[in-house]
Amino acid sequence: MTSVQRVPRPHRPRWVVPFAAFAVLFFIGTQAHGLLTSPPELDMGHLQKILYVHVPAAWTALVAYLIVFVLSILYLWRRNERHDLLAASAAEVGVVFNALAIALGSIWGRPTWGVWWAWWDARLVSTAVLLVIYVGYLAMRAFTEDTERRARWSAAVGILGFLNAYIVYMSVKWWRTLHQIQSTPETVDSPYKLAMRTNAFAFLFLMIVFIALRYHAARVDRAADERDEEEALSGGAVHV
Amino acid sequence: MAREIGRVTAVLWKDLTAERRTKANFNSVVFLAALTLLLFGFALGPDTEALREAAAGVLWLTILFSGVLSFNRSYDQELQGGALETLLLYPGDRRAIFVGKFLANLAFLLLVEAVLLPTAAILYGLSLADSLGPLLLVLILGTIGFAALGTFYAAMASRLRAREVLLPLLLFPMMVPLLVAAVESTSALLGGDALGNSRGWIRLLVVFDVIFSVAAFLAFDYVIEE
Repeated sequence: MTSVQRVPRPHRPRWVVPFAAFAVLFFIGTQAHGLLTSPPELDMGHLQKILYVHVPAAWTALVAYLIVFVLSILYLWRRNERHDLLAASAAEVGVVFNALAIALGSIWGRPTWGVWWAWWDARLVSTAVLLVIYVGYLAMRAFTEDTERRARWSAAVGILGFLNAYIVYMSVKWWRTLHQIQSTPETVDSPYKLAMRTNAFAFLFLMIVFIALRYHAARVDRAADERDEEEALSGGAVHV
Repeated sequence: MAREIGRVTAVLWKDLTAERRTKANFNSVVFLAALTLLLFGFALGPDTEALREAAAGVLWLTILFSGVLSFNRSYDQELQGGALETLLLYPGDRRAIFVGKFLANLAFLLLVEAVLLPTAAILYGLSLADSLGPLLLVLILGTIGFAALGTFYAAMASRLRAREVLLPLLLFPMMVPLLVAAVESTSALLGGDALGNSRGWIRLLVVFDVIFSVAAFLAFDYVIEE
């Protein structure tokens, strides 16, 4: 029996834990600041405060999808597996923030618009489409065993999906204006702006932490796969 | 260029011949599509006016369902006999396989639609004669974008375990702009289109077709390579 050389377990970068602590504290701080300082809004009252979570979540999801897009191109160009794993981690985090944004938007829409779902709101409908596009991306990954093929395919899906995001948004917007029912409150007034901005950063930091953690998990997972492969090749000397 | 065209026609001809000789796919898809039109009629109720209003949406959803059934099958012949590897071994640009299969799928779907459109006209009381030309244009443009992305995603989905679920899951969300544009323009044209509403939507169809035919064509190489 030949001895198996263990594939080294990937290290988690040192910055992740302190940065995660900072991100969480920063998030708590900005949320507290937003909740305590901003006055109740004229029409919406304190309901307006849901926007401090809803809007940054939607923005963050878009940033995550942009990361998927860039890394997908990078993967097809360089064929570095890490780009693929990072893209997949960003897609996972994007889907979570995307779902959060839709759920919160719906909760906000019920008392404001009187309905849980507003077909006339282009952003709501197109973010829902985006969510399904990236759920498809993750589902395809889950069903593809060969890692190299999985990376190539998901890169292609990630690129085409992102190309479609803007077209989806424009087409739904156009579609909605033809059906003309109601417009949405577009602008945010100045007392709310600062809290909105700082919360956007809080979410961005959280996104970075989440992606880093998911990426680390993906790499550990891959290392375990590689170890299994090596053990299988070395003639079944399996040490569990 | 002439050699590329030769490769494309070879793939196209192979797929069409296989379909023509068995007809298994075409017959079942056409009947299922007609059945879907019937079922939508039952679901929407016997109100003729309501049916006419919904006809464009029903027609396009039926086309989407028919397409998603046939795209995976267009790779079946290769996969079952292990012929895909052989096909890939042939010299020349592999994107010829994409173009050939895309054209075969396009022809297949247009044939299905040739049956579907008159059936829908009869069942839903539509008058096609007034704007038949523009309607056919919308059908062709919508089917081009659909077949391009369908051929592309089926190249992946057909080789996976959960293929029946994965293809629509990948394909349908991508179809949203095309579905909106196709339904809106079809619906405008069926209503006489006095305001010229269909024109903008037809332009969107063209934009969608160009962007995604090119994107799928370029990305196909990465998807098919082994």
